[in-house]
Amino acid sequence: MNWKHILTVYLKELKDSLRDRRTLISMIVIPTFLMPLIIFGVGTIMTKVVKKAQDERTTLVVIGGQDSPGTLAALAAEKKLKIVESTGDYKKMISDKQVRLAVEIPAGFEASLKDGEPKTVMLYHYEGEMKSSMGVGEVDRFFRNLREKTIETRLADRGLPPDLIKPFEIKRQNVAPPEKVGGNMIGGLIPYIIIILCFTGAMYPAIDLTAGEKERGTMETLLCSPVHRVNLVLGKFLMVMTASVSTIALTLVSSSVSIIVGGSLMMGNSGGAKAAGAAAGGGGFMPIIDPAGILGVFAMIAPVAMLFAALLLTISLFAKSYKEAQSYVSPLIIVVLLPAMMGMLPGIELTAKTALVPILNLSLVCKEMLSGVWHWPYIALIFGSTVVYAAAAVALCVRMFNREDVMFRA
Amino acid sequence: MIVAHRLTKTFKDKKRGLIKAADEVSFTCHPGRIYGLLGANGAGKTTTLRLLATLLQPTGGTCTVAGHDTATAPQQVRANVGFLAASTALYGRLTAREMITYFGRLNNMTDDAIRQRLQVLADELEMHEFLDRRCEKFSTGMKQKTSIARTLIHDPAVMIFDEPTLGLDVMTARAIVKFVRACRERGKTVIYSTHVMSEVEKLCDTIGIIHCGRLVAEGTLGELRARFAEQDMEEIFVKAVGGEAALAQAARA
Repeated sequence: MNWKHILTVYLKELKDSLRDRRTLISMIVIPTFLMPLIIFGVGTIMTKVVKKAQDERTTLVVIGGQDSPGTLAALAAEKKLKIVESTGDYKKMISDKQVRLAVEIPAGFEASLKDGEPKTVMLYHYEGEMKSSMGVGEVDRFFRNLREKTIETRLADRGLPPDLIKPFEIKRQNVAPPEKVGGNMIGGLIPYIIIILCFTGAMYPAIDLTAGEKERGTMETLLCSPVHRVNLVLGKFLMVMTASVSTIALTLVSSSVSIIVGGSLMMGNSGGAKAAGAAAGGGGFMPIIDPAGILGVFAMIAPVAMLFAALLLTISLFAKSYKEAQSYVSPLIIVVLLPAMMGMLPGIELTAKTALVPILNLSLVCKEMLSGVWHWPYIALIFGSTVVYAAAAVALCVRMFNREDVMFRA
Repeated sequence: MIVAHRLTKTFKDKKRGLIKAADEVSFTCHPGRIYGLLGANGAGKTTTLRLLATLLQPTGGTCTVAGHDTATAPQQVRANVGFLAASTALYGRLTAREMITYFGRLNNMTDDAIRQRLQVLADELEMHEFLDRRCEKFSTGMKQKTSIARTLIHDPAVMIFDEPTLGLDVMTARAIVKFVRACRERGKTVIYSTHVMSEVEKLCDTIGIIHCGRLVAEGTLGELRARFAEQDMEEIFVKAVGGEAALAQAARA
């Protein structure tokens, strides 16, 4: 190993890559603007759409209920509901989205409220359609209230206290500190996004520095130099890692800034606050993330960036052209995302076994670190095992560089 | 000095099975002389030259270049070799100066030495005008000049040219031929592969004719003329490889 040669190769690759538009976009432009765009753009639009749907009055048709004028009047008096005339087949009206749901009030409903036989109110809705589901919730609540009132009246008529049917109350209280709530909510998402960016940030330079060089005919020129191939690989590897790490660093900076700016906007006006809060993954408040957690995530991602850089270099080295390399590497995103997604599933916890599964372990430990939990033995195990995998991948890459059937594939 | 002794290289091919791209090739190239390797496309010229430049490892035989064994000291061999081929391109996003400087550094030169050497080369090759422009925008001639400067930056004792005039216009090709002669005058060992008969006649002190991986004839132009009783290089070549039928058969394989 000759550090002077490694540095020479690295600096040249850095200069070369910074002049390549494709690498620049994936390394700098996307990480800088992607997260703010997601946090502000998509978040704001989503909140607006949901709010608009919530504010809209629910249109419904009522079937029957001619002998229950009180109930009909109460339904009509509900601010969020709007009863429309049925134009025939109510099921078709729901399917055509003319109304969100239909309510069927059985004959003799109001009379049965006193002490008659229990009747059934049918609510017809369109499962999976958001507006219909929200509407059916409203109407369901209306009838539940009516049922409670009926029970109270019946109890009062018999001279019994209303507590009779409520032997106890159930209440919920949150004991998790705010940073834990934030960590758990966005903790699953952050590693996921970081893993994607770590991969895509490394992807283009890795292809460009291997298959791209072969395609442009510069690989043979480079191999003519009296530099040992280990040094060529390491110089290139450092460049790909730089691209990957800078992609993540820029993402972390840009998302932190977005969250801080979003947070201060929240203090300013409550309308924007809800949007920003919801966008950041919370229900109307800004999740507090432990800054040490962010640094921890950054430290843990380093060996993964090494692993990706070495693997991507190795795989794209097989290809003869940029396009061929792209078709090898692109499907890998899914392979990489699978363990990352598994980390978001409930029930998959950090154990000695899962700590050895690359990417999944990162996803799990990041979630913990962002919520302020530091399992040092696991952290050491994950860091150590990933470094070993990465070193193996680098060794493999050097081996490939020495194979003439790979380097001079005809 | 290049000494190749029974140099052999075999490749496995899915369709054609085992291919002997170089079959016990032996020759010697001396300093201050140009050795011309003449052969049709696919005859084994590029493979032989890549073996000399240590880009490929031989399956059999040995080779010493500038006193170093290609198998045991490939780095030292490459440090003493300037390799120029149609397949050795330039980094398009670097300027000519950056490109040449990069290879100077890879050859363990100091920045001062690189600067001085580059000045000399740019004077000789008339490169000053485009030295600080990016290679991607170069004409073929500019590219070739930059490539030559790249191979010469470390002043190697051995020069390997693999069809350097391929696809070039007449003016650029002439400039290259002139430059190869200049290398000989400076006492460098030069090996030059081509399939252009006239270049061999004009340029080479010793001619080796390669066919299907085997060196079928070797000698000075005069020796070859006497041996095959022909004046024209093309006729000599056809006779050496065993007639037109043999050439056509090799082209089909």
